[in-house]
Amino acid sequence: MENKLKFLLRLGDDSMILGQRLSELCGHGPILEEDIAMTNIALDLIGQATNIYTYAATLSTDFNDADGLAFLRFEHQYYNAVLVEQPNGNFGDTLVRQFFFDAFRVPLFQQMMQSKDETIAAIAEKSLKETRYHLKHSSEWVIRLGDGTELSHERAQLAVFDLWRYTQELFHMDDAERELVDAGIIPNLADLRGTWLQTVESVMQTATLQIPENQGFFGAGRLGRHSEYMGYILAQMQYMQRAYPGMQW
Amino acid sequence: MVTAEDLREILSQVKDPEVPVLSILDLGILRSLTCENQHWTIVITPTYSGCPAMQTIEADIRTTLSRNKVDHFTVETVLSPAWTTDWISEEGKRKLEEYGIAPPVDEVDKSVLFSKPPVVPCPLCKSQKTKMVSQFGSTACKAHYQCLECLEPFDYFKCLR
Repeated sequence: MENKLKFLLRLGDDSMILGQRLSELCGHGPILEEDIAMTNIALDLIGQATNIYTYAATLSTDFNDADGLAFLRFEHQYYNAVLVEQPNGNFGDTLVRQFFFDAFRVPLFQQMMQSKDETIAAIAEKSLKETRYHLKHSSEWVIRLGDGTELSHERAQLAVFDLWRYTQELFHMDDAERELVDAGIIPNLADLRGTWLQTVESVMQTATLQIPENQGFFGAGRLGRHSEYMGYILAQMQYMQRAYPGMQW
Repeated sequence: MVTAEDLREILSQVKDPEVPVLSILDLGILRSLTCENQHWTIVITPTYSGCPAMQTIEADIRTTLSRNKVDHFTVETVLSPAWTTDWISEEGKRKLEEYGIAPPVDEVDKSVLFSKPPVVPCPLCKSQKTKMVSQFGSTACKAHYQCLECLEPFDYFKCLR
């Protein structure tokens, strides 16, 4: 697979799968305002995925539109990080997952705006504005939960301990990405970790939450190897297109 | 042969389906009109990446133009430069307020992670004493506020820069 296509799928699949995860909360949010917030963020993410897949489809030999890429691949053909497919769990789990992700995407899009590929730069420019708003929202909630009641603190802390291990993968690069970095098409992902950690440490400190000392393991979602949760997400997401091929709303 | 001026007039009939008082010109999502060999290219840009109104807007542009006997055109969507609420016209802001939605106010730099929510005057009683209920509202482009004076809840069209 061409390098650029590989990167676009990794980027787009992160948006798509997290968007799908968050949309599960539609009608199930803990309070009405957060129900609406989660589905609004889901909508932004699915919109980003649409823009990314539309471009990816022009490079793909197997799929000719965004819908094909979203709905007709098999599990091992999705390259999202394992973090985004983790279940929503309790509200602390959902928000800590979102915070780790948003804190990564803001500097990613900021730097991606300098891409020599015009379409990638445009997607980054468009996505950055809404992602900043997501980060503001998730940071405030992590603080509210961490520095909140005994129960909310405990749950937020457990969520941090539980999800920390999946964060390493976000900064991992392989040969495909290194070549794109050299060509000035994408930013160096490994270098983003410093900025990410700064944001995370500052929010965690205000939230009175601890960061685990170990780095955790390396997820292999970027290679198409996923956790046990992934298949269930796809089963629900793809059902209509599998049952009624080519159906349209 | 229609002129760009005629075309603008016609396109001002195309409204945002979620805020039906605003035309695509008021909103600033109509980016350019160019004509080559009697074929018009109409360029629009989405407000938010996932704005579900975009497809409806594109379809509405097509039907409105056909109804006005404009047959040779292409509608293109561009992402860059990214839309900002600064592109909403003064006329558009006035219409928003009349409709009961508080127009975007001049907000501080969004790159600051923690800033106080902006002071948004109530579109009904104009009081400055309002509070943010939720950062997200009925659509991606709005937040939810409440007036502490007249107690009316209202939508605020978020400042996006």
